[in-house]
Amino acid sequence: MKLNRLLLAASVISLSASVSAVTANAMDLPPCENCSDELTVVSWGGAYQNSQVKAYSDPYAEATGVKFIYDESSNEAVAKLRAMNEANNVTWDLVDVEGPDAVRLCDEGLAMEVDVDAMLAPATDGTAASEDFGESLVSACFIPQIVFSTTFGYRTDVAAWNGATPTELCDIFDLEKFPGKRALEKRPKKNIEWALICDGVAKEDLYDVMETDEGIERALAKLDTIKDDVIWWSAGADTPQLLADGEIVMGSTYNGRLFSVIEEEKQPVAMLWDYQVFDFDGWIIPEGLPEDRLNRVKHFLRFATDTQRLADQAKYISYGPARASSAPLVGKHETLGIEMGQHMPTDPNNMGNIIVNNIEWWSSYSDDVDAKFQAWLAR
Amino acid sequence: MSANTAYDEYSDDGVMRTADGKPLKRSLAIALRREKLRSFLLILPLLLFVFVSFLMPIADMLFRSVENGIVSETIPRTVKALEDWDPGSGEAPDESVFAAFHADFVEAFENKQHTRLGLRLNYEQPGMSGLFRKSGRRATKLVPPYKEGFVEIDEDWGDVETWAVIKRASPPITDGYFLAAVDAERTSEGIQMKPENERIYLFLFGRTLYLSLVITFSCLLLGYPIAFLLANTTLRTSNVLMILVLLPFWTSLLVRTSAWKVLLQQQGVINDFLVWTGIISDTGRLIMINNQTGTIVAMTHILLPFMILPLYSVMKTISPSYVRAAKSLGATDWTAFWRIYFPQTVPGVGAGAILVFILSIGYYITPELVGGTSGIFISNRIAYNISTSLNWGLAAALGVLLLVAVMLLFYAYDKVVGIDNVKLG
Repeated sequence: MKLNRLLLAASVISLSASVSAVTANAMDLPPCENCSDELTVVSWGGAYQNSQVKAYSDPYAEATGVKFIYDESSNEAVAKLRAMNEANNVTWDLVDVEGPDAVRLCDEGLAMEVDVDAMLAPATDGTAASEDFGESLVSACFIPQIVFSTTFGYRTDVAAWNGATPTELCDIFDLEKFPGKRALEKRPKKNIEWALICDGVAKEDLYDVMETDEGIERALAKLDTIKDDVIWWSAGADTPQLLADGEIVMGSTYNGRLFSVIEEEKQPVAMLWDYQVFDFDGWIIPEGLPEDRLNRVKHFLRFATDTQRLADQAKYISYGPARASSAPLVGKHETLGIEMGQHMPTDPNNMGNIIVNNIEWWSSYSDDVDAKFQAWLAR
Repeated sequence: MSANTAYDEYSDDGVMRTADGKPLKRSLAIALRREKLRSFLLILPLLLFVFVSFLMPIADMLFRSVENGIVSETIPRTVKALEDWDPGSGEAPDESVFAAFHADFVEAFENKQHTRLGLRLNYEQPGMSGLFRKSGRRATKLVPPYKEGFVEIDEDWGDVETWAVIKRASPPITDGYFLAAVDAERTSEGIQMKPENERIYLFLFGRTLYLSLVITFSCLLLGYPIAFLLANTTLRTSNVLMILVLLPFWTSLLVRTSAWKVLLQQQGVINDFLVWTGIISDTGRLIMINNQTGTIVAMTHILLPFMILPLYSVMKTISPSYVRAAKSLGATDWTAFWRIYFPQTVPGVGAGAILVFILSIGYYITPELVGGTSGIFISNRIAYNISTSLNWGLAAALGVLLLVAVMLLFYAYDKVVGIDNVKLG
């Protein structure tokens, strides 16, 4: 009996020690029952993955001792997941994808449908998660993390512009006032929308116009006016590099990439937020995970998508948190010490004109439009 | 012969026998068979490996390009009901088809197959995937009459073309992917070429062949003198030269491609140098990258060792006495080279050319990085269909066509030059 009591006392002490260790990290993690102790996470690598490691997985690993394995395959996640599924051997637990890929994976039955309110934490003021995430919930399988945007950056030292700088989207198409090479993505998405807007189509009519053959022809005709001065990029890192080398005078890319060129590398580049295109990036859970791995994923996700964690991520990269309740908590950059709020695509000053990526429309028409776009490029 | 030569090699019936009396022919065959079996067992692991990791995937790919089970498996009742419906009638199918479709749809929805079917049909007609996704749960709750119900969800369900697409796509084997791979499509009026502004694949096949030929030729032009030099200098010099050939060969492809970017871009090393020397003006910088020039330059450099090495190994074996003999008989330098030396190097030229050509026809990373829009290959579209649009059927069909094209060229090469006349080393 004595021995038993001693053991009990010892376990109470160790229990309270571990409890205090958790509270020291300022988090109330509920215990995870029947959970695997490894988590294979797929992400994009680079600065973005780093922000996830710092904001989500490091604190979580510290509190739980779970081992994280990062796989930098998000770029080809859809094709790989399909191949894994066909081979009946899904080795990933959690995959970071963009909204359109999430829709696609959900349609293919490769991603698990999630009940957002049951699985994710409500906002600190008690608002249900589904309401807090709002329109970023683009698919029944999608658990959003961030809002990012595709927008333009331009060099601020172009002599031929005589001191003028682009102030609105359609300056991209103005070769007289702003001569020089531009970089655009080698995909129709976003370019078509931008071209039509600068050709006088109202924002709310965009997708009605694009559904017609004439609409696409019209957009391509508009792009024809600058075609000779365009360098087409396929990787997000291309435009920042081309801007820094002086190969181009303006170009589209993701806002986080421009942030690092401007603030971290101190290049003479500035942002043009007009008609930035909003996109969402987030998690999907592969369909058919064994129970212990699934439990672990759910446990991690509840932690990693709460209000504070999403706000924390913005310390490391200039992408806006997908939760409305996280926005007021966004603070300073971890190493640069600058206020991050103004660099968020979701900052009211940057949101004068925006387009939200119409995933629904593109999922139906992208193959068709892409064929036309590539044929046009080759002409 | 006398009777005591019982062990004579010829018995009475005139059959040659071995010592134990078996016919020699049979015993020899047995021994040979054992030998064959033994060598077969030796190569069996390799054979299995090649079969599993090479032949099976290729067969699978070939099959994917025509496989179309998904439609008849997901909506079997609808496919059957549609047999009696004629798209030419100009009217949407009647209630019986819709009832069958509803029953199929409820089942497909439960198995989460309806959106997959939508994606498949979207290849035939843009908008189908949206239609199936949108119909989702609402369609499962419909009550008769189903036709009105479906049309209420989306009026496209009342459209003749929607059902014509489903009917056309219902056979378990399809030629749709191959048609798409040659810019054609099957419409209600039969097989037609796609509209001009959507044709891309035939054009890209043509460009791939053309650029591969150009790259092969420029590799030959640059590689031949280098290989000649390698084969005809002192061992010391040729070793150094060989390292210069092999060093880039061992460097990562991506590194070399990126290096070309630095060299060739408009603010790059070459342009800067030309501007500095005054050969071109600052405003007239040359555009050497993000176009065909970029692809040709970078790929020629990357594939050059594949030309030099076979050429070198052939030239090494050519005795200098032939050329000397020709010259001593009064041939000029050119005649001695062209009539005597060059014909002996043809096996190396053939081997190098085939290697470079076949490698370049399937390249896609380099064209993607430095090719811009005018320098991309068919493989870039295959990669797009594999990883972005996920149309693996079309990717497979394009792959099959590329394979067939290469085999045809190989056959033509065999007829013209002769495949025996190739020496790889």
